[in-house]
Amino acid sequence: MPRWLKHKALGRFFSLALAMAVVELVTGPPGSNETPTAGFSGSFGEKVSFFGLFPVPRIVQFLAFTVIIYFLISLWRSYGDRLRDGVRSLTERPRAVANKGSVRWGVAAALVVIGALLPRFVTDPFWQTAMVEQIAVYVLLALGLNVVVGFAGLLDLGFVAFYAVGAYATAWVTGALPLPPLFGVHLNPFFAIPIAIFLAMLAGVLLGTPTLRLRGDYLAIVTLGFGEIIFLFVDNLNGITGGSAGSGQVPHFSVDVGPLKYVWGLAPVPYYYLTLAFVILFVVAFSLLEHSRVGRSWTAIREDEVAAESLGINPLKYKVMAFSIGAASAGFAGVVTAAQTNFVNPSVFTIYFSINILVLVIFGGMGSIAGAVVGAVVIQTVSMYLIHTPPAGYQPQDLYIYLGALLIIMMIFRPSGLVPSKRRQREIGLAESGQGHMDEVLTGDVP
Amino acid sequence: MIHYFTSHFATLRLEFWPLLVGGLASGFIYSMVAIGYTLVYGVLRLINFAHSEIFMSGGFASLFLLRAVVGNSQPSGFESVLLVGLGVLAGAVAGGLVAVLVERVAYRPLRRRRAPALAYLISAIGASYFLFNLAGKEFGRNYYTLPILFINRPVFSIFGASVQLYYLVVAGAGAAMLVLLDRVVAKSRLGRGIRAVAQDAETASLMGVNIDRTIVLTFLIGGALGGAAAFLYGIQSGVIYTMGFTPALKAFTAAVLGGIGNIRGAVLGGLLLGVVESLSVAFVSGAYIDVVAFSVLVAVLLFRPTGILGERLGRAA
Repeated sequence: MPRWLKHKALGRFFSLALAMAVVELVTGPPGSNETPTAGFSGSFGEKVSFFGLFPVPRIVQFLAFTVIIYFLISLWRSYGDRLRDGVRSLTERPRAVANKGSVRWGVAAALVVIGALLPRFVTDPFWQTAMVEQIAVYVLLALGLNVVVGFAGLLDLGFVAFYAVGAYATAWVTGALPLPPLFGVHLNPFFAIPIAIFLAMLAGVLLGTPTLRLRGDYLAIVTLGFGEIIFLFVDNLNGITGGSAGSGQVPHFSVDVGPLKYVWGLAPVPYYYLTLAFVILFVVAFSLLEHSRVGRSWTAIREDEVAAESLGINPLKYKVMAFSIGAASAGFAGVVTAAQTNFVNPSVFTIYFSINILVLVIFGGMGSIAGAVVGAVVIQTVSMYLIHTPPAGYQPQDLYIYLGALLIIMMIFRPSGLVPSKRRQREIGLAESGQGHMDEVLTGDVP
Repeated sequence: MIHYFTSHFATLRLEFWPLLVGGLASGFIYSMVAIGYTLVYGVLRLINFAHSEIFMSGGFASLFLLRAVVGNSQPSGFESVLLVGLGVLAGAVAGGLVAVLVERVAYRPLRRRRAPALAYLISAIGASYFLFNLAGKEFGRNYYTLPILFINRPVFSIFGASVQLYYLVVAGAGAAMLVLLDRVVAKSRLGRGIRAVAQDAETASLMGVNIDRTIVLTFLIGGALGGAAAFLYGIQSGVIYTMGFTPALKAFTAAVLGGIGNIRGAVLGGLLLGVVESLSVAFVSGAYIDVVAFSVLVAVLLFRPTGILGERLGRAA
């Protein structure tokens, strides 16, 4: 390699230019099977308005951005530490206040109130539906996966399986499947809630008991496969699940107790309140769990399984417990989805879905309940916004390009997430300074 | 129940040799991809979740290069041989490059920081999703077919099973690359480096092995084999942005089956898995064929997690 290429500043500039080229490619127009080069040529050749001034080809924009960002990074490298210290000293007091227990409860209560009032301000039907189907339900799912990935430290890539169990259980007991319903009666989805949650938890135990003996990386790949297999079965067992066409006519929730009569209809807002109530329920339950004996056992297993075992904690038992408890909220999310959309369809329950939920948990912060909620709300809102008003050249599947990149970026720059769990942050810090036994990877020379 | 098995065994008896031949051919492909998992596992103790997309990129590279070269012509004879060689080369180069890129972007920053293993898995999954969805965006989301490089025809037959030219191409190219790899790891300086890092990274670095360079080259070799395998796979199955998922999961199964970290084990596991999967066609319907390979994975992990030949990190073979 020539000497000038090894020059550090130049190397940084080239790395940045490469990264910017990828950004241009990702945000550029799509190609197609007929014109596979259109994406590349369009990404650099298409005319764009330069800061709203005059049209230039994207490659000019790309070069300009590269230079600007390089300049900013250089500034950050020289003055960043001072800036960071300044910000830290400014936020020191507010942070200390925010960490007080009473303040945290106050913030939580305020969030609940805001959540309850939200449908008053969001009147666009698209967003009202999105609030239920794409945000509230995903919050539930993120809460569940956070128990598995965050609390117990188990990477489950087939989490969608439990959501599918919940949805199909609902369809089953309400009589919407080709399979004859339980007890031969068509139940109201309210009765499906305990059944679906129970079946999802049972599925957690059944899937977990054999697989949770495995090491972390094997577990990830096995759960990935299980998620795919559940999809295959649901998709092909026409006589039981209705096959790839899915099955409709899942009834809405309804209440009919004496004077109290109410049917959740097509309108999303009543569903929003119902889901919100359950979100609060799960948040409270999981927070209590986190600091209970069980939660502490999970922490112990996650930090050092051998040490935990020597203290009399049965790792398999607690891991299966995490799987099954995490599955509970996914099962309930399945009930809501099935009842609200009136139908179940295998096309939802793919591996993409599991990854999507994983991104919410990672982005928010593994092991942090607030993080799971924030992650789900932020990412799902952005992804819904992209569907609502797509930028030029954006296709719905492109979301996964961004989510994939986000996973890498989070792991490199902020592995503990946006709203980190303190304990988790400390663990990662310890592992990185060479202490602790959080399944570290030992290879590689560390400068 | 008994009738079920007797009738299916009758099919199996009739179809045994053709299924075996087909199974061995796909087994070679699994073996080549499995090597990528096993090599990376050897030096990093990690499953490279992005290997499926390294495979995919090899498929696309050979597709576009061959399209440009072949055009509308109908190659035959020596031309066909050259073009197959070119396809293997294109796949290998692209696979190797993408593998190195993945190492640089998704692994090295974490390695510098001694991140916990969970972080590597997550960033590799991110890389995988990023890459295949980007390919879908750029190249469209429908199947491509590779240009016809040779007319597939039965060449000879054993026990009544006709062996097609495609199978011979796969087996020939696959066996050549696997033998080459085996020799490289066993004899060359680089191979010694890889084995040294696999045995004990810290000591290896004290002995003067450049660990970073060894890891990059390991990714390069594994990626090259995976990319070349994607070309061979694509001749029959076409090329699409999601093409990596299933073969990679099976190749991983093969690597575990043979004993992860063990190169000859990966080859054995791949061939075995190809045959088992192919023979199981007699028993299960096509829709569930992927379930077979996966059940093998779960069974191996539960009952013999070290695989058939055992985990032999850092041995000559």
